[in-house]
Amino acid sequence: MVRLITHNLLACHVKGCTTNNFPLIFRDVEVELQETEFNPDFIRNMLSRLEWTALINAAKQVGDTSLPPEQPDMMDDELLQKLHHVLMEINVTDGAMVCQNCNHIYPISNGIPNMLLAEHEIG
Amino acid sequence: MSRPEHQAPPEIYYGDAEAKKYTQNTRNKQIQADMTYRALELLNLPSDEPAFLLDIGCGSGLSGEILEEEGHIWAGVDIAPSMLEVALERDINGDLFLQDIGQGFGFRPGSFDGAISISVLQWLLNAETSHPTSSPPHRLTRFFTTLHSALRNPSRAVFQFYPTSDDQIQLITSIAQKAGFGGGVVVDYPNSKKARKVFLCLFVGGGGTQQQ
Ligand SMILES: [Zn+2]
Repeated sequence: MVRLITHNLLACHVKGCTTNNFPLIFRDVEVELQETEFNPDFIRNMLSRLEWTALINAAKQVGDTSLPPEQPDMMDDELLQKLHHVLMEINVTDGAMVCQNCNHIYPISNGIPNMLLAEHEIG
Repeated sequence: MSRPEHQAPPEIYYGDAEAKKYTQNTRNKQIQADMTYRALELLNLPSDEPAFLLDIGCGSGLSGEILEEEGHIWAGVDIAPSMLEVALERDINGDLFLQDIGQGFGFRPGSFDGAISISVLQWLLNAETSHPTSSPPHRLTRFFTTLHSALRNPSRAVFQFYPTSDDQIQLITSIAQKAGFGGGVVVDYPNSKKARKVFLCLFVGGGGTQQQ
């Protein structure tokens, strides 16, 4: 499975694909919701690592529009809860992630994204 | 019996039967657990803070389970689909990726608070994968360079592995250094043939020793 927290850290790693290789675009996704324990310290700890706009767009691609389009300066508990849900509880189980630069398709099937590259794509 | 990495590439060796067998074997489980706890200790994470960790060669999630118990969140990569399937069946919480670490990672800079890897690094040295492949130094260079970038500064990556010679340790540490890592090798029980365990402890920046 791919959660949005991991998707938000993932760029395309095909040889020579170094610009506009993030974020990968979700295509034809199936999602499962899975409740996980809310850990506000962890979410706070991740904040500086997140690309907010990429997160909002990815959330939209998996059918969630609960977060504000701009990253708020202050994170209250309610917002952290929402962020927790989007980052940790939406599991993409099938579909694909596509690089908008080189068009490489990373298929996701039965919960596992395939990140293997072909020989000519290895740096 | 020779070591698995001398017999076949990992995704072949750990087929369905071997993956289940490995995961259900109580002794394997115990050894894997001990090494994971030791690796966590060597990671020296700030106490009582949940970290986001990368498990390199996560297999069926035996280590991941322990990371979860210790309050951490993790993502794992492995090249053996059968192992990942067992991991899914076991209902672990980490994100799983089918990935050949010799091809390098695509994680953005500073993604992870640390990385652990149990009994995996030797695969990069020995059996080639069944994919068309380049030399071990090339694969190690891609692996360490992209891992270094994926880790926060400061942080650590700890690898338990089975080198067969000092030359292998030399090769691995020199490539890791070129990729920007500091650190070195820790050997537990150096005089016991059976209990001897080698850990490569790599530092990004200062390795985070001053963190509270
Ligand atoms: Zn690309």
